[in-house]
Amino acid sequence: MEVIEGYPDYMLKSIKLVEEKRKKNLSQPVKPMSMKEREEILSKYHPDYMKGTKRELKVGIDKGMLLYNGIVDLLEARPVLDPKDVDLSKIDYDVDLLIIGGGGAGTVAALFAYESGIPKDKILIVTKLRHGDANSMMAQGGIQAADRPEDNPALHYLDIYGGGHFTNKPELARALALDAPGIINWHEELGVLYDRHEDGEFQELSGGGTCRNRMHSCKDYSGMEIMRNIRDQARNLEIPVLEFCPVAELLMDDKGQVAGGVAFNLETFEYYVIRAKATILATGGSGRLHLANYPTTNHYGATGDGLIMAYHVGANLLDLDTIQIHPTGDAYPEPLVGILSTEKIRGLGAIPLNKYGDPFVFPLEPRDVESASLIKECKEGKGIITPTGMPGVWLDTPMIEMIHGEGTIETKLAGEVRKFKRFGIDMAKQPILVYPTLHYQNGGIEINEKTETRIPGLFAAGEVSGGVHGKNRLMGNSLLDFNVFGRRSGIYAAKYVKKAKIGKLTLSHLDKYNKMLEKANIKAEKSAPIILPEYRGEMAISRALDIF
Amino acid sequence: MNKKEQVLLEKPKMKKSKNNEKKVETIEVFIMGKSYKVPAGLTIMKALEYAGYRYIRGCGCRAGFCGACSTIYRKEDEQKLGFDLACQKVVEDKMYLVQLPFVPATKAEYDINKIEPTDSTILEFYPEIARCVSCNTCTKSCPQDIEVMKYIQRAIRGDISKCAEISFDCIQCGLCAMRCPADIKHYHVSQLARRLRGKYLDIKSKNLAERLKEIKNRKYDTEIEKMMKMGRNEIMDIYKNRKIEAEEESKEGD
Repeated sequence: MEVIEGYPDYMLKSIKLVEEKRKKNLSQPVKPMSMKEREEILSKYHPDYMKGTKRELKVGIDKGMLLYNGIVDLLEARPVLDPKDVDLSKIDYDVDLLIIGGGGAGTVAALFAYESGIPKDKILIVTKLRHGDANSMMAQGGIQAADRPEDNPALHYLDIYGGGHFTNKPELARALALDAPGIINWHEELGVLYDRHEDGEFQELSGGGTCRNRMHSCKDYSGMEIMRNIRDQARNLEIPVLEFCPVAELLMDDKGQVAGGVAFNLETFEYYVIRAKATILATGGSGRLHLANYPTTNHYGATGDGLIMAYHVGANLLDLDTIQIHPTGDAYPEPLVGILSTEKIRGLGAIPLNKYGDPFVFPLEPRDVESASLIKECKEGKGIITPTGMPGVWLDTPMIEMIHGEGTIETKLAGEVRKFKRFGIDMAKQPILVYPTLHYQNGGIEINEKTETRIPGLFAAGEVSGGVHGKNRLMGNSLLDFNVFGRRSGIYAAKYVKKAKIGKLTLSHLDKYNKMLEKANIKAEKSAPIILPEYRGEMAISRALDIF
Repeated sequence: MNKKEQVLLEKPKMKKSKNNEKKVETIEVFIMGKSYKVPAGLTIMKALEYAGYRYIRGCGCRAGFCGACSTIYRKEDEQKLGFDLACQKVVEDKMYLVQLPFVPATKAEYDINKIEPTDSTILEFYPEIARCVSCNTCTKSCPQDIEVMKYIQRAIRGDISKCAEISFDCIQCGLCAMRCPADIKHYHVSQLARRLRGKYLDIKSKNLAERLKEIKNRKYDTEIEKMMKMGRNEIMDIYKNRKIEAEEESKEGD
């Protein structure tokens, strides 16, 4: 059988133009856009501004809020758990702190809760897949922290706030900028292997929308290296983790506090009642909902469960009228479609080019602006169409070797090189084809500086939370986010636990939610959270029987 | 560019069969021995899903970073066993495959703050590495093409830094440990090496230490608070006019 080997002929012809113009393109860079130009291109080409991608929510505390259709669908579905099926008189796990999600935020929260005095056997991490199966593990480019003399946390704050179109909660943006250097220091103490110069200073690159070079990286496995370290630390401390047991709904008590959750064992179909004095939601994002029909860079479990559960108990949401599409998802070859090619590639100097080999955008605009520019170029017919009909533009990776010397790509982008090599593409010699892909949930459950939600006993940290990034997140601020707010949630939840008293457990909020749906005249055919996406072949699903 | 040249950059029209449907080439794979016909060009992961399997285990990031989907396969009439990630490897005709849902491999427990990076540190926690018979099976089974045996040899010799460097791209799928005749848990060994190097051997940043002092002394608090209180137009102005380091660099033609 034929295996895909490199690029087909018609693409090679376009690559020839890219090669011919490479020197010229390097010497004549495209300038960054003005604020007005940014607004214009966003309003015309970004899905956040398109008709038909969003609608008003009809139920709950945020009734009337405009959200992406895929999220409204789940918020207007009936809760997946029927309270009648659950016996709350038998408690399977009785803990001080329940952490829902075993990714970056959840693990960091556990470490700091332990450090703040909660004994390890009174902490429980429950997670849908394995400990560490999370978007945190996949982050490639790096983590921002203003630690160079040319830089400072105030400039970092300005970048976060401007990048988020001035919609962030300022106190959260401040926490992110000011806590950042402390996080890098904590990582050093754990043993994270950052890329350094010979004198020990960090190698720091620029990212889209950052005014100083402050991207710390661990090759292009930054998230993996950080996650490996914090997970190893949690394992050394023997912090209990329940894997393949996602929480399906939160528990409340008769005083209106969140009091734990009901977990569902994916392999035995049993439920477990977990009572907790405090609960941290660290369930991550929702890329697997494929909002606006985009492919996604996200891991298999990113189905937005945390948003749904939190909304069922009355927490409020922010900024879910925006999604982050990352400009450089892979467009070719087909098995890689939607997978990320890190922003670090542009940080190192590669420029996006159309099929004629011409540049059309400053390579390091904020992600939404960069994405919109790529979409525009393709809509105007200046992109390449792949054999499966996917549009894309070139990202001229060989430029990196011209700027930084031969061998740079192999050492700085090992993961990327490996990925393309499988398909006969040598990115040090040939450009790669990219198109925007669904990457990050900008908004989420509203939190404050202490990561508290509006419901007592419920904290949230990481991608599931909202307000930190406003309506657009910058590169390198999500690895930072889960560390900064994971840490804060562990510390503040530990403080809360000391005074908290749990009353009688209840799931009555789910009955109330069902009544609310009825009252709003919503015929809820589906249920939510969905826990895992459905990717089985149509033929297989259409013939499936529910008899076993 | 003239029109003719432009056309050369377009993808050729798809071949269509008689009934005007796109022709999809299918191949036969054996999922744990059972035969299924799946479209060519899919990854092993997508092929299983196409056939009707819904993943619980054996599927994580779907992008080659998490090591959840290690897969063992052998093609019909072939001697050699293959090892790869289901999310990265494209299916081939007559491939027999099974996924590894879990790897039983106990990790040594340690307090990183209380151990010292000496020549024998790794050996103390993982004495079994001394039993390495240099068969190189670990290296051959690594889906990341890491020279696994080489880093184990470095660990035996106490070269923590080199062990950390060679093993850096490890996604901890555990295929090496499942194949090792000496029962070495390679991926746990290298985790310890990397932490030791990161914590004790790499020189630390002076800039960072300096910045931490400044933050402790609240040097930037007033400036940030001032920005937090600004009206939208005022902060927009400051944002618009801020100097961009990357842009300055490209002006210099670096």
